[in-house]
Amino acid sequence: MPLVQRVMALAIGVGLMLLVVDLVRRRKLKEEYSVLWLLLGFTVLILAAWFPLVRFLGGFLHASTTATILFFGMIFLVFIALHYSVKISKLTQQVKELAQEVTLLKAEISKHGRSNG
Amino acid sequence: MTGSKQVLVVIPALNEAPRIGKVIEAVKKNLEHARILVVDDFSRDNTKQIAEDTGAMVLRHPFHLGYGATLQTGYKYALQQGYTGLVQLDADGQHVAAYLPRLLGPVKRGEADVVLGSRYAGVGHYEGPLFKKIGSLLFARLASLLARQRITDPTSGFRALSKKAIAICCADSFPTDFPDADTLVHLKRAGLTIMEIGVEMRASPDKPSMHHGLSQVYYVYKMFLSTLVVMTRGRAKKEN
Repeated sequence: MPLVQRVMALAIGVGLMLLVVDLVRRRKLKEEYSVLWLLLGFTVLILAAWFPLVRFLGGFLHASTTATILFFGMIFLVFIALHYSVKISKLTQQVKELAQEVTLLKAEISKHGRSNG
Repeated sequence: MTGSKQVLVVIPALNEAPRIGKVIEAVKKNLEHARILVVDDFSRDNTKQIAEDTGAMVLRHPFHLGYGATLQTGYKYALQQGYTGLVQLDADGQHVAAYLPRLLGPVKRGEADVVLGSRYAGVGHYEGPLFKKIGSLLFARLASLLARQRITDPTSGFRALSKKAIAICCADSFPTDFPDADTLVHLKRAGLTIMEIGVEMRASPDKPSMHHGLSQVYYVYKMFLSTLVVMTRGRAKKEN
């Protein structure tokens, strides 16, 4: 890998990790959701710093090194996206149930209000 | 739960101010002693006010949740308040209230847990959009195949439910958007009895249907997926 590309990859890895930590610090990102992004930044950093690992992975998959990096990157991002889709589905369900509970409780409160007043 | 009550009429509504009053009056005329509950899915017009003025009880969502979730709020209320049965009809006046007693009959007599008002069962002549007709036919075939009984109108929102059916429909798995063929197959697999009764239905009024534009494409995709997925899930238990 040419030096310029390695430096860029290192900068992206470090930049991503710093951004994630800063988002957590400013309470824009919860700790539990920062794990996968930090892991991604760390992986980019390791692959850029230790190029033989990329060659090893490429050889393992019988693929060129560029294709290997892209392949692993894409797989990782697909799983992150899927992970968040599952989280969003769960949250949507919880929001629906909460809204229904609020609706039913409000009806109950106004019923009691009418019977007491 | 506040003891065993009779029947609740659930009307899910979204921006139905011009029509909701007439629908409630028609229900009152045909089911004199039933309690009418309008579940307002965060209407922007005065649906809530008109419904209350016409004598219905109104529950209003704090924000828009979708047609299925709106129905489910009504089901949860019915279960919580101890109603023994429920009948639902749309707020747009498409469903003819004169058929309410006939829909409720089999549920009251314990002959069925779900009674569907079908516009394709030989009563009247439904003049709806072509897409709707094709969709209904397609999902009628699928629902009939999976439920192992003839279902001609799985997309009908004109239904009566027993307490057992209401309890199953209160589960998390109940769809928030379109509870149609998938819900019927789910209820049938839970061992409930489904019956169809031919009804007349009016064409939708001049307002955008909840199935329009890309939502029609999504509806077909969603209904196929969720109906097939229901077959792979465990059977829901009957609750008394």
